[in-house]
Amino acid sequence: MTPRAVLRSSWFAPLLALLACYALFSGLAPDTFPGATNLWTMARQTVVVAIAAVGMTYVILLGGIDLSVGSGVAITTVVVAASLRQGIGPAGAMALGVLLPALVGAATGGLVARLRITPFIVTLGTMSLLRGAAKGLADEQKIDADPHGLDTLMSAPLPGEFRLPPGVAIAVLVATLAAIALRYSVFGRHVTAIGSNEQTARLCGVPVSRVKIAVYALSGLLAGLAGIMEYATLTVGDPTDSIGLELEVIAAVVIGGGSLSGGQGSIVGALIGALLMTVIKTGCTHIGLPNWVQEILTGAIIVVAVALDRVRKR
Amino acid sequence: MSAARLYARGITKAFSGTRALDDVGLEVRPGTIHAVLGENGAGKSTLMQILAGALRPDSGELMLDGVAYAPRDPAAARRAGVAIVYQELSVCPDLTVAENVLLGVEPRRFGFVDRGRRDARARRALEKLGRESRLPLDAPVRELSSAERQLVEIARALSHEQPKLLILDEPTSSLGSDDTQQLFTALAALKETGLSIVYISHFLEEVRRIADDYSVLRDGKSVASGEMAQSTNDELLLAMAGRGLETGQRRERRAGEVLLSLENLAGEKLPKAASLELRRGEVVGLSGLVGSGRTELVRAVFGLDPVRRGAVRVRAHVGPRSPVERWAEGVGMLSEDRKGEGLALSFPISHNTTLTALSRLRRRGLVSLAQERRESERLIQRLRVRCRDADQPVSELSGGNQQKVALMRLLFHDADVLLLDEPTRGIDVRSRAEIHSLIDELSARGKAVLVVSSYLPELLSLCDRIAVMHRGRLGDFRPSAEWTEHTLLREAAGA
Repeated sequence: MTPRAVLRSSWFAPLLALLACYALFSGLAPDTFPGATNLWTMARQTVVVAIAAVGMTYVILLGGIDLSVGSGVAITTVVVAASLRQGIGPAGAMALGVLLPALVGAATGGLVARLRITPFIVTLGTMSLLRGAAKGLADEQKIDADPHGLDTLMSAPLPGEFRLPPGVAIAVLVATLAAIALRYSVFGRHVTAIGSNEQTARLCGVPVSRVKIAVYALSGLLAGLAGIMEYATLTVGDPTDSIGLELEVIAAVVIGGGSLSGGQGSIVGALIGALLMTVIKTGCTHIGLPNWVQEILTGAIIVVAVALDRVRKR
Repeated sequence: MSAARLYARGITKAFSGTRALDDVGLEVRPGTIHAVLGENGAGKSTLMQILAGALRPDSGELMLDGVAYAPRDPAAARRAGVAIVYQELSVCPDLTVAENVLLGVEPRRFGFVDRGRRDARARRALEKLGRESRLPLDAPVRELSSAERQLVEIARALSHEQPKLLILDEPTSSLGSDDTQQLFTALAALKETGLSIVYISHFLEEVRRIADDYSVLRDGKSVASGEMAQSTNDELLLAMAGRGLETGQRRERRAGEVLLSLENLAGEKLPKAASLELRRGEVVGLSGLVGSGRTELVRAVFGLDPVRRGAVRVRAHVGPRSPVERWAEGVGMLSEDRKGEGLALSFPISHNTTLTALSRLRRRGLVSLAQERRESERLIQRLRVRCRDADQPVSELSGGNQQKVALMRLLFHDADVLLLDEPTRGIDVRSRAEIHSLIDELSARGKAVLVVSSYLPELLSLCDRIAVMHRGRLGDFRPSAEWTEHTLLREAAGA
């Protein structure tokens, strides 16, 4: 990318905000906030939202929305834990965990594309459906199971040790592949085309239904992958985990320049948005601000980010 | 001029340099129906919007019952007693008749709607439309016929203030013949109450049945006016079309094999029956009024609208009808709705150009952005699109340049059959000429082109053969030389 393209891109302003927040908290809590240890902690804390936000970026680019992400994450932790307890190996457990939300995503896409039901409604339904299924599956309790090494995906490096947590590496890899696909693949172009103007896409022979199904399936799949990371963090299957996570994920995409009317948004922007929210949360904790202040700040950032974007485009 | 209900003189209005109205005059007598006639783009709508306060003239004078009339906005026009009913119906289907009639001006008591007074006022407004058009006040509008909905609109327009002048813009374009009769009965009753009605229509036969006077606009100028009874259809058509025939110089064309043929094609509603053959190296024109089914025909051929019966053959092949299939067969379409369908406005020029043929740009599975930009730039130069570069969003371009981008897509795809729906609507004169010469060039290179247009000089100068669509039926194709604007209009109006 040329420097001019960076300046013009929709994620440039959020990037500045991220750096400014980082600098601000570094100044306010100079002993604890800056430094590699905290950076790695924040990176690990962002992994779940970041992976889900990659899927959500595709959905929002398409002009849709996916409210089932939090439930998808929760049911994945349950399925993974239950599978491990049944003696299924970690690879099998992960595959099973990803499968369910991906299938539900594909079904969502089918309903949205073929029956023209608004995605808000469909995923409002699947949000409740997956949550209920998770609770039923877990018998409304947390499921303990030996993680069989899955916990190392997200575990912190030992003091003095320098290694990239695998979860962070996976998130970066997923985001990179998704960004490349968005920019350079026919599929990515089709997604943006549908979000920009579905009528035009149809006129131009874009297979609109197939693309929609694929995108919602992808969102489900990535919610599942985020769920695996969540399990690795918690090391239990928790059916009541990640309630409201989808809103954080949507916020990340929107802060990063995504538009809920479709056609606008980027993977890089969504990652920046996710990181920005982590920095605010962590920073507030470091300087001893209570939880409610964090929530107010996060909310303000979302509104200000979108308002600034509007003003800039005028 | 105290005898006139409405008197307009020297009305002029320009939009970004183009004169939509140039020194237009209009005189409407009290208690009469006055038809305003003219081709598409003659300036009728602009004039009506000025009368209704939606637009303000650059210069000119308006008088209503002898008093100077210069509404600042539609609300002011309504207060002065001028009401307008636009072509597109704007009733709320889930509200009742009474609710619709008084929408936005509900009589209130203590902040609540005073239902008694509302119903009484709605009833009074509906009564003006005559005995035969009595509607149930509490019926949801969704249960009414199109004509009854139209009456609800008119009643709404009349309910607001003491009405002096009612403007109807193509009120029958969406009505069947029974519905039209019902509307006319109501209009006759309204006229008896002393109301003046300005009636815009394309259908000469209809106008003849109800109008007392007429005025004709052409290219934004008043060209004729008088009493309906003292004019013939031919006179009116001549006034609408004018004489100025554009004769473009064309390249040599040679018609080759048939690339597209339709047999008795019928859509869900429109078209009702359409047959045609389109050959390589030929430009064929479809004329007809807006709403006659021309656009629906193109959409049905392209697989965007369902087909009820009839066959579409591309070369000799009858395949599934879908845009995907059509592009694969080398058939391309230009939508009449440039902003709503033709282009993804937030997309850059290059992405809009290549969307139908991305596979051509694929190198090892990925789209080559460099090649995409190169090929787009080449087409930008060829079509002389005024833009910053191929990355500029289409939304930032002018109408004419947007249309060129839409055509770039057909060129990039290298389509053999081009279905062009209103290729030059609403664009500047220079772009129009450039698009005409492009179409001519394409046909000379062996492409088959179908042009749908409301602009008659365009069809006459561009096409080899033309047929007219009237109420969903496509007439016979005749060589362009055998048509004149006059005869095209006559056939389109069903006269």
